[in-house]
Amino acid sequence: MPPDTADPTPRPAVETFRGSGAPGADASTVRALGRLLPFVRPALPRLVGGGLSALGASLAALAIPRVLQHVVDGPLAAGARTHDAGALWSAMALVLALGLAEAGLILLRRSLVMLPGTRVEAVMRGVLFRHLQDLPVAFHDRWAGGQLLSRSMTDLGLLRRWLVFGLLQLVVSTATVVVGVGLLVATTGWLGLVYLVGAIPVTVIVFRFSRRFRAISRRSQDQAGDLATAVEESVHGIRVLKAFGRGRDALESFTGQAEELRRTELAKAGQQARINVALTLIPELTLAVCLVLGAWLAHTDQITVGALTAFFATAAVINGPVVDLGMTLSMTLNARTAVDRFFEVIDTVNPLTDPDDPQVPAAPEGRVVLRDVTFRHDDAATPVLDHLDLELPAGTTTALVGLTGSGKSTLAMLVPRLYDVTAGAVELDGVDVRRMRRADVRRAVAVAFEDPTLFSASVRENVLLGVDDDLPAPERERRLREALEVAQAGFVEDLPQGLDTRIGEEGLSLSGGQRQRLALARAIAARPRVLVLDDPLSALDVATEEAVTARLRDVLAGTTSLVIAHRPSTVALADRVAVLQDGRVRAVGTHSQLLATDPHYRYVISSLEDDAAEHGVGALADATAEGDGDAATTRETTLDDEATGARL
Amino acid sequence: MSTTTAAAPQDAPLSGAESRAARSRSLRLLGDLLRPHRGRLGWAGVLVVASTLGQVAGPALVAVTIDHALPALDDGDGAPLAVYGALFVLAAVVGGLAGGAYVRQAAVISQAVLLELRRRVFRQTQRLSLEFHEGYTSGRIISRQTSDLEALRELLDGGLTGVVSSVLVMVFTAVSLALLDWRSGVVLLVSFLPALALTRWFQKRSQVFYRRQRTASARVIVKFVETMTGMRAVQAFRREATTEQDYGALAEDYRAANYATFSLNGRYQPGLVLIGNLTVVAALAYGGWRVLTGELDVGVLVAALLYVKRFFQPIQQVGMFYNAFQSAAAALEKVSALLAEEPTVVEPARPVALPAARGELRLEHVTFRYGHGPVVLPDLDLTIPAGQTVALVGTTGAGKSTLAKLVTRFYDASEGRVLLDGVDVRDLSTPDLRRAVVMVTQEAYLFSGSVRDNIALGRPGASQAQVEAAARAVGAHEFVMAMPDGYDTDVNKRGGRVSAGQRQLLSFARAFLADPAVLVLDEATSSLDIPGERLVQRGLQTLLADRTAIIIAHRLSTVAIADRVLVMEHGWVVEDGSPEELVELDGRFARLHAAWRDSLV
Ligand SMILES: Nc1ncnc2c1ncn2[C@@H]1O[C@H](COP(=O)(O)OP(=O)(O)OP(=O)(O)O)[C@@H](O)[C@H]1O
Ligand SMILES: Nc1ncnc2c1ncn2[C@@H]1O[C@H](COP(=O)(O)OP(=O)(O)OP(=O)(O)O)[C@@H](O)[C@H]1O
Ligand SMILES: [Mg+2]
Ligand SMILES: [Mg+2]
Repeated sequence: MPPDTADPTPRPAVETFRGSGAPGADASTVRALGRLLPFVRPALPRLVGGGLSALGASLAALAIPRVLQHVVDGPLAAGARTHDAGALWSAMALVLALGLAEAGLILLRRSLVMLPGTRVEAVMRGVLFRHLQDLPVAFHDRWAGGQLLSRSMTDLGLLRRWLVFGLLQLVVSTATVVVGVGLLVATTGWLGLVYLVGAIPVTVIVFRFSRRFRAISRRSQDQAGDLATAVEESVHGIRVLKAFGRGRDALESFTGQAEELRRTELAKAGQQARINVALTLIPELTLAVCLVLGAWLAHTDQITVGALTAFFATAAVINGPVVDLGMTLSMTLNARTAVDRFFEVIDTVNPLTDPDDPQVPAAPEGRVVLRDVTFRHDDAATPVLDHLDLELPAGTTTALVGLTGSGKSTLAMLVPRLYDVTAGAVELDGVDVRRMRRADVRRAVAVAFEDPTLFSASVRENVLLGVDDDLPAPERERRLREALEVAQAGFVEDLPQGLDTRIGEEGLSLSGGQRQRLALARAIAARPRVLVLDDPLSALDVATEEAVTARLRDVLAGTTSLVIAHRPSTVALADRVAVLQDGRVRAVGTHSQLLATDPHYRYVISSLEDDAAEHGVGALADATAEGDGDAATTRETTLDDEATGARL
Repeated sequence: MSTTTAAAPQDAPLSGAESRAARSRSLRLLGDLLRPHRGRLGWAGVLVVASTLGQVAGPALVAVTIDHALPALDDGDGAPLAVYGALFVLAAVVGGLAGGAYVRQAAVISQAVLLELRRRVFRQTQRLSLEFHEGYTSGRIISRQTSDLEALRELLDGGLTGVVSSVLVMVFTAVSLALLDWRSGVVLLVSFLPALALTRWFQKRSQVFYRRQRTASARVIVKFVETMTGMRAVQAFRREATTEQDYGALAEDYRAANYATFSLNGRYQPGLVLIGNLTVVAALAYGGWRVLTGELDVGVLVAALLYVKRFFQPIQQVGMFYNAFQSAAAALEKVSALLAEEPTVVEPARPVALPAARGELRLEHVTFRYGHGPVVLPDLDLTIPAGQTVALVGTTGAGKSTLAKLVTRFYDASEGRVLLDGVDVRDLSTPDLRRAVVMVTQEAYLFSGSVRDNIALGRPGASQAQVEAAARAVGAHEFVMAMPDGYDTDVNKRGGRVSAGQRQLLSFARAFLADPAVLVLDEATSSLDIPGERLVQRGLQTLLADRTAIIIAHRLSTVAIADRVLVMEHGWVVEDGSPEELVELDGRFARLHAAWRDSLV
């Protein structure tokens, strides 16, 4: 069950959701990381300060052995002969100063970079969140939750750590090595040059390592995201898994995914191991050469013994950073992956934005017109709505009726502009909704979704979701009460803490009908000009349905409404009915008109003649069994004939 | 959906005893996870020793070369130089290769531990009862599986690698130093006292800080997951700004918590370095003085000082490890708390075998309430003979789904018993029970993945033909074939790619495939069009011919295929009989039925 384990990449970005600057695989790591600059810029002074202190600290660290050598080679050795303690004191003072400086500079470095490090992370997290909230529903339809979450948490965490440690470490290690090698070359000539030669193979190896490591790192971070998705789904779908006793299968499938991630991580470690070997072995072997060479140079008096000691002391200091470089490098490459993944989302151009010159309808009355609307889902081959025309006159209630999957919900989502039409236009009071600000459209249009979509908050917060926060409290309370009353949601009074009861994740501590009524109340409380109710009574029993219908009629009077209906009882709310078929509105009329004139409407809405249906269903079953292509049409015609036949 | 985010008891600050218990539970878990890898850890240790030996040998060889080989060379004897040179090469090769092998080995261990822990948490999540999940929220479980595990991973990957070699370097260096000049060794030893004191200070504070950080991170994740899940509603009701504010506040808490741990660590690390450097000064003073008094060789002092300096070089790494350890321990506290949860619906210790259920259901004086909430089912006494199809109707909130959830053992009755074929469901093993009783829940949840996988959830390993047959039986085949890749089409997260009715059909197909003795359908056709519903009912009639079924439905059309109707009201069964009888009876059902018939056209 859970997601396609083999697919390491996030959902294929189709058309609309292709990042503008999709980072090509060959973009350099420096350039990729450079994209952080706008976020890092405010923190730059502190980061540079941190870098300088780090540099200072490691210079101090580097200096200590040299000072020690100096002390031993010169004054102390001399002092030992002359019994002069003065040299010792000054040497101690010097080492002490350097030691204090090192510790102090480390402290300084940390306190300098910590704040910006966490700030940058938090800012980026906020930016990502804002962008995600801005991106349309179509984006969220296709991006797995875990992929977004792992970008927001894991990737940004990686970045923060890189900014605080990795980046500086990289700078410091490189600087230490460069300065150290410089010192070696400057002070010991030949020996230093030999040591330098070792850098050539190291560079080549590092280069090759980077390329490989990057690919694996990307794979691993994507897989981690998929794993998070699997966890999320296994919890959200826990009822299904339990109902079918599929916990074990879910575990197996999850294990498979986790196992893949493990393999990727091991491949990563393999690369890490190789670079480690290279970075230890090559410098050490170079040092072996230097040792023999150095001994010979000292033997031939081309170099002092003290200088030789100093050479190896310095080399020992460089060795650490060289090995660290392997770690730092992989950290940097991971950070680069994180940046790539972050910007993949940020670069996703939002096709559903507010216009530059937003318009507001001159006479807001709630008239909705769908003009020649075509809509195709991004990943569907054929349009769901095909040159559809429909008008919802102000103040009227229109029922939308059609078969399952005919596109009713899709149409409904176009009105509050949760999706944009592929072609044609949706107009609200004469203004194309794309020419209005989204907030304005959505203030005018409220929706009750077919899935209630509640939040784990109090009943009050859920119902008042669409009510402006700046409304006076008594008014909010009034709307709340009224909406609950209309939706017949009196049950909330019986909840343990009444209106303040938290209703559990997605409202799942309520019964199905209770959830649906809260979702209905939420739409009503928003007091919109246009109310879109997607099958709002499907989970209600007949009696409650009647009660809701009676009250709802009052509310709907004067509000333009679109009510999606599967049952005659829901249709009863409406003044007129639109019948949706094959992506078009094939007929509009009153219920009884349509019943008399439109066979498709009759087919969709009529369940009478259980007796006749008996017959009809038999025929239908046969038809479905035979038809493999467009069986839906077959079954319809069959039934149509039956129904018409029965009527005649 | 604003401000309040689940602040469950687990998030509250801990008392002293609780804190210790949490910590020891966390460490036990860590030990438990590492125990099976003792062998590997041992081998890793060997590799580290080898690699460290290689590292330490370097300076020592340099020292002896300068002290012995050089004078020998001056005396015209090149042999010692050659030997030491060769030894140096050997040390480099051994050290390098062992180091690389160690990195791999550490990853093997760390990944095995992570895999095991992931599996344990996952299994535990699946094992825990719905009651638990209702309180815990998915976001927190996700945060356990992601960011908490990340903390452990950091310890195992970075920390562990670093510390083992660091500590070994330190030990070797210390031993070499002690052998070279034990007095300098004593200086080193004394320096441990302030280091330990500092560490103790760090430990106390970091424990608090890291706990706070874990909680803050979980809250951010919870909010994130919930917002993304409910994005439609967020956007439709223009909640973006408020949500962003709330999220921003939580993210800021998390940032502050991170900052607190960093700045603590930012004082700990330089503190350690300072202690190290002061020790070098002390060693210099002591050694230098002895050189001045002629007690100590200049050469020995050089080596001793280099050793002391070298000893403290990895101290930051050790500090880092300790820091990572504190972080991981706090994370493991959360994870181990989750693992320590006991399901309220427990698997029987000695299950009664029920290989082939007939499907007789009996509820004996069942009382039920959710947690400490109001009583939902006051006293239910009911027998459903095997093979009977029962329609369960009643007002919303009457307790129909609750009854279904008791029969499927999502919950256990507060009082009374639920019996399947005369066996208390609490005595049945989960596989037996799930094979016998299957429910299509009111919420039709689809997993992302192909249509086939979703249907095959009803019976893993089902063939394509079986999957297709199930789809045909409920009338889903046509629309599935109309999708771009047919049965291989990805339905997207939560089945977002198919319509609500289609989602219900696919859920239904699952149940068809599962083929249980007892089938519970909770509002399984509520979002279907009427022709579709009719088709499903037609299929049901064949399917239910020889099995027990409880069909919960508000559309009374279902009743037509039922042998018996139960009308529920406020948790009581108020009417019970065949549809005809009840219509005759002229009670609630008769009224409902009449109203429903009137509504039909
Ligand atoms: N995100 C999507 N990507 C591709 N196709 C989609 C997507 N969402 C819906 N569809 C398809 O578009 C069609 C219309 O779906 P829609 O949800 O509008 O149907 P509906 O009329 O509301 O049906 P129902 O009565 O079952 O709710 C369906 O065939 C569905 O499979
Ligand atoms: N998980 C839960 N935690 C607490 N209370 C719950 C939970 N689930 C349901 N309830 C409460 O128990 C009562 C019965 O709920 P149940 O879901 O059984 O109703 P139902 O008959 O199925 O209604 P519907 O027809 O609306 O689905 C309701 O008042 C509901 O609020
Ligand atoms: Mg729909
Ligand atoms: Mg229910």
